[in-house]
Amino acid sequence: MIKVLIISIYLGLLLFLGVFSSRLFKGTSKDYLLASHSIGPFLLLMSLFGTTMTGFALVGSTGEAFAEGVGVYGMLASSSGIIHSLCFFVLGVKLWSWGKKYGYTTQADFFRDRLESDKIGLVLVPILVGLVVPYLLVGVISAGKAIQGATSGDFPGLTESGAIPPWLTELVICVVVLVYVFFGGMRGTAWANTFQTLVFMILGVVAFYLIATSLAEKSVSEGRAHTLVDGERVVRTDPPTGLWDSLHIVSQEIPKARRVRAEVQLEDQIESVEAPPQFRTRERLDPWMFFTYMLIPFSVGMFPHLFQHWLTAKNGNAFKLPVVAHPIFILIVWIPCVLIGVWATTGLINIPPPIASDPNKVLGFMVKNLSGDVLGGFLLAGILAAIMSSLDSQFLCIGTMFTKDIVVHYGGEDRFTDRQIILISRGFIIAVVAITYFLSLTDIAQTRVFQLGIWCFSGFSSLFPLALLAVYWRGLSKWGAYAGVLTAAGVWFWLFRASEFGAIDNWSVNFTLGDRTIHTMPVATMFLASTVATVVVSLVTPKPSDATLAKFFPEKS
Amino acid sequence: MKYLVFGLILLLVVLHQDVWNWDNDRLVLGFVPYTLAYHGCISIAASVVWFLAARFAWPDHLEDESPAADRSTASSESHGGAA
Repeated sequence: MIKVLIISIYLGLLLFLGVFSSRLFKGTSKDYLLASHSIGPFLLLMSLFGTTMTGFALVGSTGEAFAEGVGVYGMLASSSGIIHSLCFFVLGVKLWSWGKKYGYTTQADFFRDRLESDKIGLVLVPILVGLVVPYLLVGVISAGKAIQGATSGDFPGLTESGAIPPWLTELVICVVVLVYVFFGGMRGTAWANTFQTLVFMILGVVAFYLIATSLAEKSVSEGRAHTLVDGERVVRTDPPTGLWDSLHIVSQEIPKARRVRAEVQLEDQIESVEAPPQFRTRERLDPWMFFTYMLIPFSVGMFPHLFQHWLTAKNGNAFKLPVVAHPIFILIVWIPCVLIGVWATTGLINIPPPIASDPNKVLGFMVKNLSGDVLGGFLLAGILAAIMSSLDSQFLCIGTMFTKDIVVHYGGEDRFTDRQIILISRGFIIAVVAITYFLSLTDIAQTRVFQLGIWCFSGFSSLFPLALLAVYWRGLSKWGAYAGVLTAAGVWFWLFRASEFGAIDNWSVNFTLGDRTIHTMPVATMFLASTVATVVVSLVTPKPSDATLAKFFPEKS
Repeated sequence: MKYLVFGLILLLVVLHQDVWNWDNDRLVLGFVPYTLAYHGCISIAASVVWFLAARFAWPDHLEDESPAADRSTASSESHGGAA
């Protein structure tokens, strides 16, 4: 009950922040959607980072490390540190500059102007929305699963497992995010993101400390920790002396994972039992699969919500801090989560089969079992903070795209007052939240968060070549752009269907080279196909006018 | 300097494909699996390289291209040429 109270207070604070930021609202659509280009380096760093780190980063990474091992960090986190900042550097600053100069609000705004194509938005917007919705679901489902895992047994009679049911958590966070986005717009979102990013980073470190020290105490009390005395390993009896000592004790267990532990006796448990090394290495992972994973972080270059955040920057220099700090922030969030996921395989904490079979619940379960009610409540609030700091931007951007790219653009610029635009935008945001919530109640919610996220990011990544070419290649034509977008969407759907819509875990596109089978991530095929289609069609179709090219590629004096 | 920064990024991408670490199951500092420690260092190195980019290769000229344009003026300019 205390946990629920703490989470309720946290959600109340968020609502207050959203409503308070609405007092600074200038009443214009530019202020509602872009915070009047007023966001400085620190808020930009926190909002960009908070937006890119979602339930996928906390709940998903812990669960995936539990299922697949420590290799998950190299697959997505260290590569993201390189690639995300690259996207901010090569795309973000340039698009911010053009956005401020020419008044763009959305990606379709930019592509229409750059390609001299009024209809490109009709193709691009539905595809972007279609890809953002699964991303939203990743967040909503993560929240439901994490709270379900963390409150298991706390509310006997409420559900069969005595946990808060996912539908209730999902409803509450959808409503809270809706309220502060509704009132606060982009400014409220940036503030809430900053607040929430601080919360989940601090509480993440606290969770790591608590879980490490608790597991170490268990290891010693169960007689499983060992120490070296005169060169021989003996069972350790003295308690852990702090975080560093605890980390050593717990990580001794990593090579002896739970999957074999159940088959051996207590006396076998020091040194003599070797678990499959996959949990501490990348055994069984095809290096080609690992290499092609690196294309997934390019999704950041085409996330519509990040594009909108880029445009909020006060000036170009505001990007410097996010570009430099982003890789370190990723490290601070991901390494503890991955270690927690791997520690969960050691058997120091008994993960019951219903939790083990649904890795999304692992983090919540460990928080529940290794911390008291008060701290558990704070830690759960931290998990929700990470999730909601992405949901808000995504809700806002979808509302913006429908309003600006469809209703206002095709309905007529002069047909609506600024006040009406805000009203329409808010109406769409409510609709998107409602659709997301109802989708979270379907069977899609049973998909592993990590897998669903990978498919979603792969779609955005396959659109990255279009963004890069639009910014740096004079030869890009509108027909090339159409070809690239439609190829990306077509190949994505074809491969997604082949994977039984994400139901087959770790599905890959395979090629045979001699007697060897090379496994690649589906994103590689999509990325390559989209690039080839865009370039080839652009080469044989008319380019934009000289005036447009001069506008985007002025002669250097 | 810009080319040096992009060269370092390329080097990071190559170092990221650490096939030589694939089966290394040692623990670094007694508690971090080797592959996790290695890729943690890649993250730190990325931050250093991006610091160099921000310090020595930042596209400052974009500020000059972006006077605080009035939204309505800019919008009409933009959409006028987009049809």
